[in-house]
Parts: sequence; structure tokens; C-alpha cells
Amino acid sequence: MTTTVGQRPAGAKPATIPARRRRSAWTVLRENVVWVVAALALVYLLLPNLVVVLFSFNKPNGRFNYTWQRFSLDAWLHPCAAPGMCESLSLSLKIGVVATVVATLLGTMIAFALARYRFHGRAGSNLLIFLPMATPEVVMGSSLLTLFVSMGIPLGRVTILIAHIMFCLSYVVVTVKARIAGLDPRLEQAAADLYANEWQTFRRITLPLVAPGIAAGALLAFSLSFDDYIVTNFNASNASITFPMYVWGAAARGTPVQINVIGTAMFVLAVLAVALGQLAGRRRSRAH
Amino acid sequence: MRPRRGQDSSNTGPTGVASASGDLVLSSLTKRFGPFTAVDGLDLTIAQGSFFALLGPSGCGKTTTLRMIAGLEQPTVGEIRIGEHEITYDKPYRRPVNTVFQSYALFPHLSVRENVAFGLKRRRSDSVASQVAEVLELTELQGLADRKPAQLSGGQQQRVALARAIVNKPAVLLLDEPLGALDLKLRRQMQVELKRIQTEVGLTFVHVTHDQEEAMTMADTIAVMNAGRIEQLGAPAELYELPATTFAANFLGQSNLIRATVAQRQPDAATVALPDGGLVAVPSGRLPAGIAEVWVGVRPEKISVHEAADRADPAGHTAGRNRIPAAVVTDASFMGVSTQYLVRTPWQQELMVFEQNRGGATIFRPGDRVSLSFATEHTFALDAGQDAEAGIELDEALG
Ligand SMILES: Nc1ncnc2c1ncn2[C@@H]1O[C@H](COP(=O)(O)OP(=O)(O)OP(=O)(O)O)[C@@H](O)[C@H]1O
Ligand SMILES: [Mg+2]
Repeated sequence: MTTTVGQRPAGAKPATIPARRRRSAWTVLRENVVWVVAALALVYLLLPNLVVVLFSFNKPNGRFNYTWQRFSLDAWLHPCAAPGMCESLSLSLKIGVVATVVATLLGTMIAFALARYRFHGRAGSNLLIFLPMATPEVVMGSSLLTLFVSMGIPLGRVTILIAHIMFCLSYVVVTVKARIAGLDPRLEQAAADLYANEWQTFRRITLPLVAPGIAAGALLAFSLSFDDYIVTNFNASNASITFPMYVWGAAARGTPVQINVIGTAMFVLAVLAVALGQLAGRRRSRAH
Repeated sequence: MRPRRGQDSSNTGPTGVASASGDLVLSSLTKRFGPFTAVDGLDLTIAQGSFFALLGPSGCGKTTTLRMIAGLEQPTVGEIRIGEHEITYDKPYRRPVNTVFQSYALFPHLSVRENVAFGLKRRRSDSVASQVAEVLELTELQGLADRKPAQLSGGQQQRVALARAIVNKPAVLLLDEPLGALDLKLRRQMQVELKRIQTEVGLTFVHVTHDQEEAMTMADTIAVMNAGRIEQLGAPAELYELPATTFAANFLGQSNLIRATVAQRQPDAATVALPDGGLVAVPSGRLPAGIAEVWVGVRPEKISVHEAADRADPAGHTAGRNRIPAAVVTDASFMGVSTQYLVRTPWQQELMVFEQNRGGATIFRPGDRVSLSFATEHTFALDAGQDAEAGIELDEALG
């Protein structure tokens, strides 16, 4: 804006300049309102994460990591120093992985069955698969507890796993089914026409095209399983404390800085995964 | 309604070698969807190496026929053979048949090269890379080999679909309206290309189209299909000059059909009485045997318009030409290369006439009294039991 002023021929009246400048500033704001709002939204989203990261370097006085005292790397150097935390973390990861694998496998197969075949009870299955998503977690957790107790199944890792697979399954089925529905059946017919038998068609055409849906379903399943508290809490024993249960329990007893370390690590991992995915995608599209 | 002509005389293919070893044979092929019969007892022999066009209005069963040949649909009744091999119930991937789908159906996650190599790789063919390169060159796609289908124009995608099929050198290549999505210019260009490829590679092409011009320019043999049946089969010129049904007469080009009664049959020529009582001649070979009521047909471009005679005689024939002396022009449109007239006959029927502009000839105006004439050998007759309008709206609707 000022450059135009400088380029003014000598003798031009400077009186008009303030008005122009005021209008320009207004224009600048108007033109950048999207950026301003975006930045505010980003701050809103990321501020809690920043606090988590910051407090992972704190050295609190006492048991609660709520006020900033001084910088320290202790928690990062000794992540498992907080008693019981690493055990709970590893249990959550194990349950998360197993639940994800089982739910993704089963869910993908169910999705194919529901999307591709007409069979007796298909409409019913389609409806029932939505139920776990629609049921409040408290209700689901308590009814599962009732079921397990009345069947005499001891609570613990197995019951947690069964519960997690159950609710992850719905999400996988729904995501994969949407992807299959968007798949042109003529592509598979074209593959068959080009000498691919059933297995080759599935392996070379169907699976690669449905894969993004399966991956999305798996990621969703893992994050659902990893941070589930309510259902887990109903169906766990004292010997099976998952990470969310640990954090919740710790909140009453005191909050070790290590919780922030894990939180930070998870956050960084997630950001890294997304960045890598974007990078790979961009490289692939640039290659062509 | 039976095909007028079998396979015997024409389809020897571009190589000129008649061979029964790879002919595609359909025998009483039928497909029903519930109570609805989509394809009704098709009997066809398509010679190896020939360019066969399946022409017909929307919904007449063309795609269903191709899908049965490809193995994507199971026939309700009938048999499909290629040479001596029966393939009626073979899996699609076991047939020496490839399809260029109407929608292309290119694999979106594979590059052009991978799309084209797909069939060869599945059959563990040798020298995949060189065969792919060869076909990409043939279809002028070399520069686009590493692109994904989404990064191609419609015409380029169409060529990939074609390349992906012909690279396998199948015994039979099925093309389901592959040019339907292209604009007119690209379409003409691709027609030439397709014909060139077919001649070069020497495959049997079964080409489905709505476009009669496309069928006539490209095909060795055309089958006109209607409501699941073949109305007529023959070389393009033959089909055009001598339609066997009113549907074929109207669907392939345009025809004037005049109601008439057979007056006299003689070995070389018969005479039929037009509505005004006048007698016109029809070559005996162009008059179906054993019927009394007929539609007398003549193509619009075969009719000449002259100054009216003084006396309003009834229709007649002299010197190898049929004449309708007393007619009135009701509409004239100058089209550049030709003038199109609508001319009303004494029996109040409007005939269509296309007159070439050779220069010098009078251009008549609406209201002018004229006389019409057309060569007896261009006159044909069809059983009057058929609807004279069959195939008309369909043809117009499809443009
Ligand atoms: N799966 C199916 N179920 C029921 N009817 C079908 C099915 N497929 C095709 N038809 C019917 O069979 C008839 C022939 O269909 P087909 O696709 O062969 O027509 P077409 O000649 O290819 O037409 P177009 O020129 O519009 O592509 C149509 O009336 C169609 O509605
Ligand atoms: Mg079709």
C-alpha cells in the first residue's frame, strides 16, 4: 500500500493518503479473515496439546503436575518410573492391536457380505451392526458386565478384548461398506474379462481399491480401543488396568509427569504418521 | 423376421481367408430376466477376422448379448462356440474374448501401462513390456504410459480401454459402444483408427453401436437388432438397398413406404397397385413370396422430382422407372448439398425426397405441381402385416 504512495508523482496531494490507508487496512483484514479464523481455530485445537507437551518437561513439587515449577528431563529419561504406568500402557497397546486386527478382519468380511450378497437376514444384520454405535457406552458397558457375570466369565483382559472387538467391529463394517458401495462392479468384471480369476481379481483390483476404507476402519478401531474408558472400566479387573484407567485412577492419587510424556509421544506419532502419508501421496502424484 | 441372409457369402474377413476354425457361433441364444426376454433366440455366425456391427435401439439386448459372449451373464438357453470350442458356461477369464466396456472400466489405481499389461500378466505371457509398448504405440499412448486413468481425457481413456483389450490378441474383441462418449470429430477419428487396428491385427470385432452411420462405415456385416431378435443381417450396402422389414427400412436410413396390393407376379418383375390404382413395377426378387398386401418402399434419395405433366394420370411405370405424375410439393428445404422435399401424392400421403444439387436443376417451391419417378430396381416391397412406422421414433430419438 505504501509503495503506491512512493510512486506518486511529485506534487500530488498527500491529503488523500490517510483515507486510502484506512480503507486498505480494512481490506487487508477482510481479505485475511479466513486466515485469522483458521489460526484461532488451530490455537483452540492445539493449545491443550501444547500444555501436555510443556508439562512433560515439568518437575512438580509433590504428586500433582498442575503448576509449572521448573524444566526437567526426568520424566522423558525415566518414562516407566511411575509405578504401573508402563504395564497399563503395554496392556492398552496389546488390546488395541489385537482388537484392531480381529475387528478389521471380521469387519471387512462382514462388509463384503453385506454389500455384495443377498441373503436371509441381511436387512437385519445391516441394522444390528449399527446398534453398538448408537448405544450409550454406559449402557453397553453395564450390559456386557451383566452378561459376563451371569455367564461366569472372569473379568480381565479377555472380557475387555471381547468388548472392544464388539464395538470396533461396527465402525470397521460401516467404513469398509461405504468404500465397497462406491466401487464400480464393472471393474471386477473387466478384471475377469482380462483373465484374472476370482482370487487375482480380489487381490489386484478389489483389495487395493477398498484398502483405504480398510485402513481408515483399522485406524478408527485402534484409537477407539486405545482410549476407551467407560466400557473397559465396567469389564476390567484389578489385574487388567488399561492406560485410560490408569490415567483416571492416577488423577485421584496424583498425576505423574510420565502421563504427559506418553501423551506427547502419541501426539507426535500421530502427526508424523499423517505427515508421512501426505508426503507419500504428494510424491506419488508428482511421479506421474 | 428371420435374417434374410446367412453367413455364407460375405464374411471372409480382411485377410480374405475364409476360415471356420475361429468363427464365433451363437445358437438359439436366449436371456430372460424373470418374465422379460432381453435376448430372444439369437442364431448368428460371425466369421473369424470380420468386423461385425450389432445395431439397434436402446434396450434391444445388445449389451446383454455381448455380456453373454464375454461370460459376464449366463444364457438362459442356447450355446456359444468359438470354432470347435463350446464356451457357453466357461468363466470369463477362461475365454479368448476381451471387452471394451461402454464405460471403459479402467482400473483407477493402475497406470496406463499397468492397465494395458493386466491381461498379459495374468496369463503369464512372455515379453509383456515389449507387447505393451507395441500396443501403446499403435494407439498413440506412448507419452501417457505412466499416467493414471483420472489424468486422461475421454478420448485417451477410450484408447486405453481399447489397448488393454487388443494387447491380448483375443479371438474375439467385443466393443460395447466404445465411441458413445466422444464428440463427433473424435468419434470419426477413432472410427478410422479402430478400423485400421482391426485390419492390422486381424481380430474378430463385434461392435455394438447406436450409430447407423458408424455401423455402415466400419462393418463388413451389420445385424439390425430389435427387441432381442435380429431383424436383418447383411453387408451394409445390401442392408440399405434391400431392407427386409419395415423396422430395418426405417431404422437404417429413411424410407417411403406406400401401401399397395400385388396385381401380377411375373418371373422377372411384378406389378403392384398403389392407392390411386396405378401400377408400379417391383423386381420379383424384391417382393416377398406369397403375400398380396405390401408396403412398397423407396429411399428418399432415389426419387427424382420433375415438372408436372399436363394430365393428372395415375401412377405407372415406363422404361424401367416407376412414376407418380400428379403430386404437389408441400415443403422444400435447401440443405446445401441437397434439397429435401415433402411431396403430397394424390392419395394424400407425404413422401420424402432428397434431390442432389448438381446445379442447373429447378428448385421447386411449396405448392408447385410436380411428378416423381424412381428406378424400378430401387423399389422394394415388404409384407404389409408390419407396422410402417416401426423403428422411426427410435431412430430419431437416438439422433
Ligand atoms: N440385470 C438385468 N435385470 C433385468 N433386466 C435387465 C438386466 N439387464 C438388462 N435388462 C433388460 O434387458 C434389456 C436389454 O438390455 P441391454 O443392456 O442388453 O440393452 P442394450 O441394447 O445394450 O441397450 P443400450 O443401447 O441402451 O445400451 C433392457 O430392456 C434391460 O432393461
Ligand atoms: Mg448397451
